[in-house]
Amino acid sequence: MTETTCLLGSIATARSGDKGNHANVAVIARSQAGYRYLEQVLTAERVAEYFDLLDVGEVKRFELPKLGSMNFLLIDALAGGASQSLRIDTQGKLLGTAILDLPLPTPVNLDEMRAVDYP
Amino acid sequence: MSLRIANAAGFWGDWTLAPRQLLETTEVDFLTLEYLAELTLSIMARQRNKDSASGFARDFLNVVDQIAPVLKRQSELKLVTNAGGLNPHACAAALGKQLSECGLGDLPIGVVAGDDLIDQIRDKQGAGYDHFDTGQPLEDRVDRAVSANAYLGAQPICEALQQGSRIVITGRVADASLTVGPAMYHYGWDWEDWNRVAAASVAGHLIECGAQVTGGYRTDWRDCSLTKIGYPIVEIDHDGQLVVTKPDGSGGRVTRQSVIEQIVYEIGDPAAYYTPDVVVDFTTLEVAALGDDRVAVRGATGNPRPETLKVSLAYADGYQASGQLLIYGRDCIVKARIVADLIRERLGLEGIELESMNIELLGAGDGVPGLTSPPTDMREVMLRISAFDHRREALEAFAKQFAPLITNGPAGLAGYAQGRPVVRATYAYWPTVVDRDNVTPTCKVQTAEQWNQQRT
Repeated sequence: MTETTCLLGSIATARSGDKGNHANVAVIARSQAGYRYLEQVLTAERVAEYFDLLDVGEVKRFELPKLGSMNFLLIDALAGGASQSLRIDTQGKLLGTAILDLPLPTPVNLDEMRAVDYP
Repeated sequence: MSLRIANAAGFWGDWTLAPRQLLETTEVDFLTLEYLAELTLSIMARQRNKDSASGFARDFLNVVDQIAPVLKRQSELKLVTNAGGLNPHACAAALGKQLSECGLGDLPIGVVAGDDLIDQIRDKQGAGYDHFDTGQPLEDRVDRAVSANAYLGAQPICEALQQGSRIVITGRVADASLTVGPAMYHYGWDWEDWNRVAAASVAGHLIECGAQVTGGYRTDWRDCSLTKIGYPIVEIDHDGQLVVTKPDGSGGRVTRQSVIEQIVYEIGDPAAYYTPDVVVDFTTLEVAALGDDRVAVRGATGNPRPETLKVSLAYADGYQASGQLLIYGRDCIVKARIVADLIRERLGLEGIELESMNIELLGAGDGVPGLTSPPTDMREVMLRISAFDHRREALEAFAKQFAPLITNGPAGLAGYAQGRPVVRATYAYWPTVVDRDNVTPTCKVQTAEQWNQQRT
């Protein structure tokens, strides 16, 4: 049986920026069920693998359960950072939009996770 | 009544209409304007080397020019800005002249300085200023350093307000401190009441990037109009509870999501966000939408401020240039790679091999390398070639390779009309720290007219 996948963007939003030569990519679940699911499946390893060709040194994951969000710090991901990178995206501004296309195994309660259930 | 602090500039180059639009549509106690990114001061250092009366964010003078009628009308409105950059006294002098000429010569302007450490670091030959992340010593680079500034905290800003300033101009301070200073001045909280100082820092963090918390840069950006986007206002109550909002009738949206996206923007460990005033723990925050573009943020906690201050140092490190050509045709991907090779090979004919070169096919997925493959039926792609070298002349030669390709390269190239790529000096960013004892923040308050008379 092949596993079906859904995109991270169907259950979360994201924002990214730079910290020197590191990038920060934060993911915010739309629902509490979505956050609990992401805690299990959106591991630092999975994010590191997804951004493999950026030559990321290491990915660290930090959790903010009260805000239904997690922050990924991509060490040395910016090829020199704002001042020295030769990439068009010197500051990692595209990474937030990009991570929303990360495929995840489809959870059984996907519809519950899509809906915003915070006050 | 809660204290209302707004921000109408999140960086040097932010929307020029924002300050006036904000002040004409709502009333606030403080307007903050933030101009300094990590390397802005290295650009200002170059300006000051050419002209000793420059080296600050001149845009700020235009802002004050636009909002002068509001400053006259609302006698309680105060401005706090880091527009002073590398030369806050020159900024105050230029502003003093401008205000004197429009009948505001009595207006008290405070200048916060003492962040500039370049002389001190040169005197010590860079000893003790190792790279914060890598631990490498600064010594062999110190002769190329162009700027070095400690991030000052909110205390000298608060002092300038206590001495009657209506406009406070600083050099490098932590972005959030532009908000913390007014909050501490207004409520008179103890500087070691870490949870309240943390709450004020969260308030500053939320508004320091301007419209990023009111609908800009937001994943769900399609659900509102962005044309007349409202810049943010944070309301801080006597207990340190916050409400983020924006002027009535403005564009954008303030939602739970927009606020959380900004809380987690450009942070590392959310449990230990270092500022000069406090170490903030973002993980205890609770965020709840109140409706009508009002979102409550509560529960900030903080730990004692660090013993050291962060220092942002920049040193000259080579040159960069970047050129683009639009490559058209069914074979555009292959052709783009051949064009890049041609540039490299022709530089070789002149005996030049560049230290580094990055080739991007924009439109084919290179914005974030490795995530997508080019579509099979691509008809055009933007070829962008960027190069770095320590030799300016090598990059001048690189910049001259693009135009000839229009006539002596493959068919189907366009886009040279924008001119030859510009070769620019680049600066390396060197984060380090300094003991508080080695930094002496200063604060000087006098009238616009008095600053005017001190112009050099």
